[in-house]
Amino acid sequence: MSAYSLSREAVPTVKNILLLDSEGKRVAVKYYTDEWPTNAAKLAFEKSIFTKTQKTNARTEAEIAMLENNIIVYRFVQDLHFFVTGGDEENELILATVLQGFFDAVTLLLRNNVEQKEALENLDLILLCLDEIVDGGMILETDGSIIAGKVATHSMDDGAPLSEQTISQALATAREHLTRSLLR
Amino acid sequence: MAQPLVKKDDDRDDEMDFSPFYGIEKGAVLQEARVFNDPQLDPRRCSQVITKLLYLLNQGESFTKVEATEVFFAVTKLFQSKDVGLRRMVYLMIKDLSPSADEVIIVTSSLMKDMNSRTDMYRANAIRVLCRITDGTLLTQIERYLKQAIVDKNPVVASAALVSGIHLLQTNPEIVKRWSNEVQEAVQSRAALVQFHALGLLHQIRQNDRLAVSKLVTSLTRGSVRSPLAQCLLIRYTSQVIRESGMNNQTGERPFYDYLDGCLRHKAEMVIFEAARAITELNGVTARELTPAITVLQLFLSSSKPVLRFAAVRTLNKVAMTHPLAVTNCNIDMESLISDQNRSIATLAITTLLKTGNESSVDRLMKQITNFMSDIADEFKIVVVEAIRSLCLKFPLKYRSLMNFLSNILREEGGFDYKKAIVDSIVILIRDIPDAKESGLLHLCEFIEDCEFTYLSTQILHFLGNEGPKTSDPSKYIRYIYNRVILENATVRAAAVSTLAKFGAMVDSLKPRIFVLLKRCLFDNDDEVRDRATLYLNTLGGDGTVVETDSEAKEFLFGSFDVPLGNMETSLKNYEPSEEPFDINAVPKEVKSQPLAEKKAPGKKPTGLGAPPSAPTSAADAYEKTLLSIPEFASFGKLFKSSAPVELTEAETEYAVTVIKHIFSNHVVFQYNCTNTIPEQLLENVIVVVDSSEAEEFAEVASKPLRSLPYDTPGQTYVAFEKPEGVTAVGKFSNVLRFIVKEVDPSTGEAEDDGVEDEYQLEDLEVVAADYILKVGVSNFRNAWESMGPDCERVDEYGLGPRENLAEAVNAVINLLGLQPCEGTEVVPNNSRSHTCLLSGVYIGNVKVLVRLSVGIDAQKEVAMKLAVRSEDESVSEAIHEIVASG
Repeated sequence: MSAYSLSREAVPTVKNILLLDSEGKRVAVKYYTDEWPTNAAKLAFEKSIFTKTQKTNARTEAEIAMLENNIIVYRFVQDLHFFVTGGDEENELILATVLQGFFDAVTLLLRNNVEQKEALENLDLILLCLDEIVDGGMILETDGSIIAGKVATHSMDDGAPLSEQTISQALATAREHLTRSLLR
Repeated sequence: MAQPLVKKDDDRDDEMDFSPFYGIEKGAVLQEARVFNDPQLDPRRCSQVITKLLYLLNQGESFTKVEATEVFFAVTKLFQSKDVGLRRMVYLMIKDLSPSADEVIIVTSSLMKDMNSRTDMYRANAIRVLCRITDGTLLTQIERYLKQAIVDKNPVVASAALVSGIHLLQTNPEIVKRWSNEVQEAVQSRAALVQFHALGLLHQIRQNDRLAVSKLVTSLTRGSVRSPLAQCLLIRYTSQVIRESGMNNQTGERPFYDYLDGCLRHKAEMVIFEAARAITELNGVTARELTPAITVLQLFLSSSKPVLRFAAVRTLNKVAMTHPLAVTNCNIDMESLISDQNRSIATLAITTLLKTGNESSVDRLMKQITNFMSDIADEFKIVVVEAIRSLCLKFPLKYRSLMNFLSNILREEGGFDYKKAIVDSIVILIRDIPDAKESGLLHLCEFIEDCEFTYLSTQILHFLGNEGPKTSDPSKYIRYIYNRVILENATVRAAAVSTLAKFGAMVDSLKPRIFVLLKRCLFDNDDEVRDRATLYLNTLGGDGTVVETDSEAKEFLFGSFDVPLGNMETSLKNYEPSEEPFDINAVPKEVKSQPLAEKKAPGKKPTGLGAPPSAPTSAADAYEKTLLSIPEFASFGKLFKSSAPVELTEAETEYAVTVIKHIFSNHVVFQYNCTNTIPEQLLENVIVVVDSSEAEEFAEVASKPLRSLPYDTPGQTYVAFEKPEGVTAVGKFSNVLRFIVKEVDPSTGEAEDDGVEDEYQLEDLEVVAADYILKVGVSNFRNAWESMGPDCERVDEYGLGPRENLAEAVNAVINLLGLQPCEGTEVVPNNSRSHTCLLSGVYIGNVKVLVRLSVGIDAQKEVAMKLAVRSEDESVSEAIHEIVASG
């Protein structure tokens, strides 16, 4: 495996995370490599990935596909399509864990209302969520509830240190925040 | 699959009204961003505006330099607000704007303040933002804080610092390397992800220090690594250590194998899979080592999760290439995956089965695949077709069912790439399996009857022209070809005319009929078709005029075009229409590199229609023509073999020289290809002076100097030797390049008049026994072996002494003899104790030679070999043994 000798390859890396709508349009996307240097290249990649996976049933379990020497794990809920891309030497299950973390966090943050309209209305949460999962391709956190917890501390005025919060507390804060944002 | 919540197009519009970003416009949002400058900040409103800005960036909108700077400065004002939510959006915004160095300074102090804040979330985020936008100079200022952060008791802060360290290592390695004590401490952290990030960074810091990596792995594999991700990393580092340390020679135990094996029982699937994959990728993995890994992968095959099934089948597919037997246990599970919903999984399963299948299972497998082919996409079909092609080459006796399968799918719908893959496969099968020729050609004929791809039609017609006339009943192809002339577009018609002409040239009985058909083509409405028809009628004598000799016509139709196309193009462009006709012989034949010879070297690869049907011979033809066109060598007769180019100089020296050995029945010609790599020099009267004192049987008879060798234009000089006929004379030759060197003025390109004589020492050159043997494969070794009979068989045994492994011994013998390995027997399975390799070739004087080479290795690595040689001539069999005995 010559790929392993390259330093970056040794640590699992994510190439991009995509959240598209039911027509393949962007809700939120984040790229971590220069593999798709221009916006046009990114859009082309999103289009081919969307067309390729469109007809599959990825609603109960995460599905997987290969495209241009990349591995893509994906999952669909209502009118939202979640994708995580990695290189073809990557451990598929690690990518699937990242997808699961992203998916769970979004589900929590949108209070089970996982659909495009809700996602766009809470786009700030989705963007923060992406920021907490992967940093420059490195996996930061894969546990959906912890990710959601981190995002939801968002509007606490000067919250208790995270380490002292249990997950349920974090989720409570998340819920509280969401109720508040609903009322505004 | 119904998608219940997909909205229909007609209510799409009012749905869009609901989108908070409906009708969003960059100019307006930039206006809104002015709220950032308000003395009384409204955090909620500011957050909303930032979200809008981020939305625009996310949709691919770009800000001009001025706009970006303006937004950036406005955003920095927001550090005044104490609102946590807003601060996080500010962090995001700064990262997305990726400010320039002079802008970074503005936010540095605010971010450094946040880095030391009591709020963990501020600390973690400020570290990530600052490390993202910082440069080396700033880094030294904040280094102290980062080191502290790595060992921070809050895992989020520690992870943020560690991950930033991994990024910074790419740009500022010397700084990050100073943190290794802190990172080491973090590896012991109780927080799962901190351990993962710390391990990743520590390994990268130490990756060039093998001993340190090995120590790290040794200590961690004993201890407890908590997070599955960290465990996966450790497995990767462990396999790296295993790769670098090699086998523990005495006991045959592999260090750390037990650790990998233990990971197969880990509770996280991610770790189990990583370990299984690591085991399958070990160098020279043994069947015993593989078994536990294959067993867990087999369990994954029946998992309910598609990702798990995919990962397992993909890994097994790779294992099947090197250890097909190890995977056969999974065949039943694989067969059930053929109907998997996920077509990637199904395709991988099929191709794995095709690799592991044995001869008896081929028919059953083909039946299953036929059902499967109708509902997968072209890209998967191509993979399957390629797998079937290699299966057919592996089991030539099964060609009938495989060829039928290919012809069936050829008739179905499909895109160009798919059809091309099928046609390529059929062509390769026709070439490699003689029995398959007639049926294969007919399948191709039927295909062009209804083929929508001009490229494929013309390629098939060309191939048909070369192969069709050599079959038992060439006349049956004429109908298919002439149908093309009637029904197709001009390009295909022209190709069909050429094909008809080839039949006419090769098969005398068909000639009159071909003439009739060609004459009809004279009334075609396309110039090219008419021109070709006229030309061929003329060449073949169909119009009753002067008839060229038969061999000339064949040469014209089948001969390879030996003028490089690039040179031809330049010459044609330079040609000015005049009384004087274009002279093709005036086109230079020198090619910049020697593509023909080089392509030949790496062994034959099935390249399908794209490559000429017999690349090696046409290369030899080209050489032969060039050589025989030199008067000194014209009498040498037929060229037997040309070697691959051998380099006589190191790379990047003043003069680059390679040599090609051309073997004739009683002569040897060395062709020296010289390149002058000094722009300021022009070489003249270049010749290689050869000292053959160590090659007694050779006598120099002629040499042909190269008149002039300008910069970067390769040229050839030749030296010819006479040798006794029928003897495989061997010897060593020392070479000196002698020339007159003239200075060239680089500005004008003019050479000076006076030159200096000079010499340049080249490396020695050897003529070895393998030079007298042509690599010619046979498709069915057993048949060939038996039909040759035992009359001229010679068998003997040899001890080859201690060797690393059998593969090395087999390769040594193959290289020594220069024979073609048959049926893939040159590949020795890892760690096997004995092996039989089948070789075939043609000995000088056109004597066929077949060799069965059986080797065995004992515990002391001593290799013994039994060599059975059959040929049409007893003396040749003996000669082969002599080569081995003296080699």
